[in-house]
Amino acid sequence: MTIREPVHQGRLKTPFYPRIEKLDTVNQWHEWKGYSSPDLLYCEETEYFAIRNSTAVFDLSPMTKYRITGPDALDYLNRLVTRDMAKVKPGRVAYAVWCDDQGQVIDDGTIFHLREGEYRLCCQERHFAWLRAASIGFDVTITHETEDVAALAVQGPTSFSVLSNMGLEGLDQLKPFGLAHFDFQGAELMVSRTGYTADLGYELWIEPSKALELWDALFEAGKLHGIRAIGTHALDLARIEAGYLAPYTEFLPVDETIRTGRSRSPLELGLDWLVDFKKPNFNGRRALAEEKRNGSTWRLVKLDIDGNKAAHNSYIFAKEKGNKKQIGFVTSAVWSPICKQNIALGTVRTPHGKPGDTVWVEIYYQREMHWNRAMAKATVVDKPFWFPPRRGAMPPGPY
Amino acid sequence: MKTYDAIVVGAGHNGLTTAAYLAKAGLDVVCVEKNDYIGGATVSRNLYKDWLYSNCSYVCSLLRPEIYRSLELHKHGLQITPFGGSVTFMENGDFYGSYHDPEVAYREMAHFSRHDADAYKSYSADTMRQCRFIRDFLLSTPPDPTSFKPKDLKELARIGGKFMGMGEDRMYETIRFWTMSVAEYLDEYFETDVIKAAFSGSGIIGTALGIHSPGTAYVLLHHYMGDVDGNVGSWGFARGGTGAVADALAGAFQAAGGELRTEAGVDKIVVKNGKVAGVALDNGDEIIANVVVSAMDFKRTFLTCMDKSDLPEKFYRRVENFKIRGSSGKVNIALDGLPTFPALPEGSSLYHSDMHFIDSMERMERAYDDWKDGTWSKDPYIDMTIPTMSDPTMAPPGKHYMSCFVQYCPHKIEGRDWTSEEKEAFGKCVIDQVANYSPDFKDLILHVEIRTPQDIESEIGITEGNIFHGELTMDQLLFNRPIPGYAQYRGPIGGLYMCGSSNHPGGGIMAAPGANAAREILSDLKRPNTVPENFGDD
Repeated sequence: MTIREPVHQGRLKTPFYPRIEKLDTVNQWHEWKGYSSPDLLYCEETEYFAIRNSTAVFDLSPMTKYRITGPDALDYLNRLVTRDMAKVKPGRVAYAVWCDDQGQVIDDGTIFHLREGEYRLCCQERHFAWLRAASIGFDVTITHETEDVAALAVQGPTSFSVLSNMGLEGLDQLKPFGLAHFDFQGAELMVSRTGYTADLGYELWIEPSKALELWDALFEAGKLHGIRAIGTHALDLARIEAGYLAPYTEFLPVDETIRTGRSRSPLELGLDWLVDFKKPNFNGRRALAEEKRNGSTWRLVKLDIDGNKAAHNSYIFAKEKGNKKQIGFVTSAVWSPICKQNIALGTVRTPHGKPGDTVWVEIYYQREMHWNRAMAKATVVDKPFWFPPRRGAMPPGPY
Repeated sequence: MKTYDAIVVGAGHNGLTTAAYLAKAGLDVVCVEKNDYIGGATVSRNLYKDWLYSNCSYVCSLLRPEIYRSLELHKHGLQITPFGGSVTFMENGDFYGSYHDPEVAYREMAHFSRHDADAYKSYSADTMRQCRFIRDFLLSTPPDPTSFKPKDLKELARIGGKFMGMGEDRMYETIRFWTMSVAEYLDEYFETDVIKAAFSGSGIIGTALGIHSPGTAYVLLHHYMGDVDGNVGSWGFARGGTGAVADALAGAFQAAGGELRTEAGVDKIVVKNGKVAGVALDNGDEIIANVVVSAMDFKRTFLTCMDKSDLPEKFYRRVENFKIRGSSGKVNIALDGLPTFPALPEGSSLYHSDMHFIDSMERMERAYDDWKDGTWSKDPYIDMTIPTMSDPTMAPPGKHYMSCFVQYCPHKIEGRDWTSEEKEAFGKCVIDQVANYSPDFKDLILHVEIRTPQDIESEIGITEGNIFHGELTMDQLLFNRPIPGYAQYRGPIGGLYMCGSSNHPGGGIMAAPGANAAREILSDLKRPNTVPENFGDD
């Protein structure tokens, strides 16, 4: 009888860990899908401004990744997600959301059309059971490849300069949501013009054995362009400014909810544009069509809030017949350093929360032990708080 | 001939702010600027190859976030990036650094004195208390203490209420604070010379006073009361140089329908029948409007751009006596690479900070002695920054732009104009001081721009090149700024307004004088207010 090795105990280390650990000065880490991931490495503020001012590098290796191949890959994905994947040509990336039969969101993620008929699905949660169940009847192969691909987000206004400096020729032709393959020391480096910051930025994907070489080449190329490694705190601030959703914050995967009504549909998350009813069939289509006809229960709102006190965990109110009625709550809130705006994402009951509507948020804040409460007026906005022209510039600028 | 609702004279940050708020209220506004570029001293200029110099104002902290937000300056390209800390190099080879992380900052102070490291907390709280007091009044018009108008009485009561709310002991402290010298203030907390020297710099920047002169504690406050994203006391760089602030304000102004005219210097503000009627430009053109707002400094507005006969006699004399003394110079340098400072560890975050080279209170005061003698400091206080450490837009990759703000530098040398030899000698003195701590610095210099107060005056127009448009002393603050009776942004003639930094709450890229002036003008014109309220610090 052979005695098996126990599974790995404790936190895993990503392929980039040795480099990140060296840069770390604050020793503040959290767990992300079993891996150690830094909250911050030196200073949240400096790291945030690397995203908005120069180049920030974030290790996103723990993201869950699946390879989807086979003759039916496109048909399979088209049944799985709500948007029309036939429009996503090889070399393109699509943000997508997928639902259960009730039209409730399981997760969101990005689908990379790597080569004709070959896809990578990248998301926060682990969905192998769902993905495989959904594949019954399709000739596809779904491979879990989280550990097989090391990934870095390289985001910020000088990111194009950094990557060009690294010798990636033709990168200037890469449009937002495009991907391209490059040779990196004999290995294949995939670069996509994607990110979680709404700034100019790229994501780099490579086999783990080349991870450290890639890191070193990247930092060498970026040393005159203000390159900095960052942790999750700075990234989270940038994504709120971009108005992007975070799983477990703006929504819960429906298959993990216990209480009724704690899941959300794409329509309730402001993702109507991702739901293509022209497609004859996809998971949740019938339920979503019905929701579209009858109206949704919830609405995700972007709030521009008066004053400068961040509305963490606040209730949202609307005025009804002179009284303030609670209509929802804030899910993410922050003072935006780039917009100098007090911003938040929240979820409210319809019909409240239409763009332009005025609502109130109840903010609790502490000053020198004492707690204060403010009822701040807020306006519902429909555009991202931060979405600079440089994000989509063609060709991208040097800074 | 077209008649405008208002003319704003001077496209510095305050002029543009007033102009933007007036235009937002629907007024037909033209902003005229004498130079062929906008910004006044809020400017970045391409004076050498691909280098961009913030050749006057170089850092940003005071800019009111309320204004930033309400004019949506981020949509007009503005980004303020904070930079961390500061460092003072010492003659003995050591240095005193300040750091973002409070525990690191504590350890650094404790390296010199555990007493000082522990005292910093109460120093910081006491200074912050004064900041909270003054910050509340930045975006409001000072009340006239002699007036019985409900608005003035209400504002007086608000100031009084806040003051009384401090409690007896702290009220006494506040009165002391507003009148004492920065040296005395620091002596009450710290024992280490270099720490005191490092902190005292903020008490004299832009000021024709020494660290032992009464009133300099307030000047320290003026440099502490700003914030970057709620971090009070923190400073940042505008991405693309200081001129990005003016560009963004101009963007907001033009988006609201305003008209900007450069190379349109004002010769005279035209007065007819005791009211302003417009402006006469240097080129002979006239622009007609019933409202003229001067963003120029107090002296230039009335002594240069108006006829004495149009002004009340006592007012005129008070303008003449307004304290606006040139005390600071600037040396802007293009560098072929990053100079090394051997005292600092390689890769230290302090390379991103502002750097100083005077390590004792004695040397600080001696620097002032030179100014009193009518010459530049031979051992000057320099506030040196390398903005390209965080801003990738101001120089080619790997190259750097260095900004040296120099205190003290007089407007005139022993009462006469600067000679070019003296100007060169002044620049050399600054470069030598930096080179004392960076052996490779001189070899990296590609281009140098030397600016004396006289240069700033002739180019930007600010009298004596005083960066605050008038000293920040108690006799020229709040309802005494610029002079008693004229602190509410209205000139002595109907339709004439003042929105520059000579007015409350003073200089620095704050934009509060411009915003407050716009509020008063809109109120007089019975237009809806477009100027935001203070966020409040409660």
